[in-house]
Amino acid sequence: MIACIAPLIGMFLVTRRYALMADALSHIAFAGVAIGILTGIQRVFSALVTAVLGALAIEMLRRRQAANSEALLSLFLSGSLALAVILLSFSKGGSTNITTYLFGSITTVTPTDVTLIVLLGLVVALVVLVLYRQLFLLSLDEELAEASGVHASRINTILIVLTAVTVSLCMRIVGILLVGALMVIPVLAAIQITRSFFQTLMLSIVISIASVILGLYASYFYSLPSGATIVMICLGFFVMGLAWNQMRRS
Amino acid sequence: MKNIPAIELEHVHFRYGRTELFRNISFSIVQGEYAGIVGPNGSGKSTLLKLMLGVLQPSSGTIRILGEDTKNISARTHVGYVPQHITQTDRAFPATVEEVVLSGRTPRKKLFHRFTSADFMAATHAMERSGIDPLRKRKLHELSGGERQRVFIARALATEPAILILDEPTVGIDAASQEMFYEFLHKLNADGITILVVSHDTHALMHEVKCMLCLQEGELCHCTLDDLKDHEHIHKHAAGLPHHSSPSHHV
Repeated sequence: MIACIAPLIGMFLVTRRYALMADALSHIAFAGVAIGILTGIQRVFSALVTAVLGALAIEMLRRRQAANSEALLSLFLSGSLALAVILLSFSKGGSTNITTYLFGSITTVTPTDVTLIVLLGLVVALVVLVLYRQLFLLSLDEELAEASGVHASRINTILIVLTAVTVSLCMRIVGILLVGALMVIPVLAAIQITRSFFQTLMLSIVISIASVILGLYASYFYSLPSGATIVMICLGFFVMGLAWNQMRRS
Repeated sequence: MKNIPAIELEHVHFRYGRTELFRNISFSIVQGEYAGIVGPNGSGKSTLLKLMLGVLQPSSGTIRILGEDTKNISARTHVGYVPQHITQTDRAFPATVEEVVLSGRTPRKKLFHRFTSADFMAATHAMERSGIDPLRKRKLHELSGGERQRVFIARALATEPAILILDEPTVGIDAASQEMFYEFLHKLNADGITILVVSHDTHALMHEVKCMLCLQEGELCHCTLDDLKDHEHIHKHAAGLPHHSSPSHHV
């Protein structure tokens, strides 16, 4: 499920030049994990709520033109990491398993996490399916989308809330520090090979699924951290895509 | 239906923050017209377009497209829009010509409705009309500036519009392509499509359009075909120089 929804959302982030959004939201989710550790709330849930609130705050500030998008993402990225570190310093022993959130570990995923991943993953996929045309237009040109009757600000808000949800769901598997890579790299790899937007979306999902399956196998057989292994395989696909594209051009 | 103006602005005021950009603008463009809007940089040409497209709403006054208030999203289905800077779209944007043209059907679809064969046929017809059908499987960034402009015009035509609005369409296009482009616009106008071109290029525009509107200091002046012969009159407006004619609020 996460292998499907990560590039599904990542596609619209990459084409909107919003790729850093996934990283910013994953750091905000990390602050949510720290809140969960301190308060005893289910950590996936606290990460999810914090990431969604952070996403809405970013969008609100972007709309008010408080700063340019890139600077805003950088501000939230470093600010939320600082908040997480301070919050974790108050916990007594709770931060010992924090590396499973930072770098991901499939063995620590609970049945509650799995239920949440499946249910919310289906919601994310369904919303993207319904809003596909609007998201495509918005990625092509925001002004054109608005002139075509697309509520750009509403769709933008939905997109970043979906990103926040996806980040929160993926963080248990690939980790907070690597979740952005799972959303972005399969898309970049697919762009090298395909011609159309739809083909790129489909191929990025295939690459993502292949990376997750191969990564989990490799991490099991070679005792490697699952998140990092998945991302390295994604990178391998990107390099192959790049080489294929270069060969085709030459 | 034929008597209803294609575009109608009635006592339109528009404020951006504390700045009043437009003061009591009233004008209408009849159906089948081929009109141009010129004005100096910063005069608000693109903002005026956004008001007509319903992307922005006036502070007061009414804007109607074929009699429908632009507050209604359905009014936008009458308009095909070709925005500025389309020749500079992201080089890495992974989309084919066909996908971009088909996206012109989006305003005509409800949220849960899929594209049907009628939508694909409309897109194909628009590509054939624009002469880009052989390029349909090409990636957008593989095309030249002129070809890319035709793609976005085809996209606008796929909406089957009664009105075609183009914002600075000749920016980044070479002279030969510009000539072909204006010829193509004339054909579309002859087919009954109302055309409104906004451009800083007064010289090129004045030889093409049937009527010209000059935007300056929040007011709009109308210039007839006879006025267009007075090059100096137009150039003064476009360059932001003082002029002698008084603003005409209803054209």
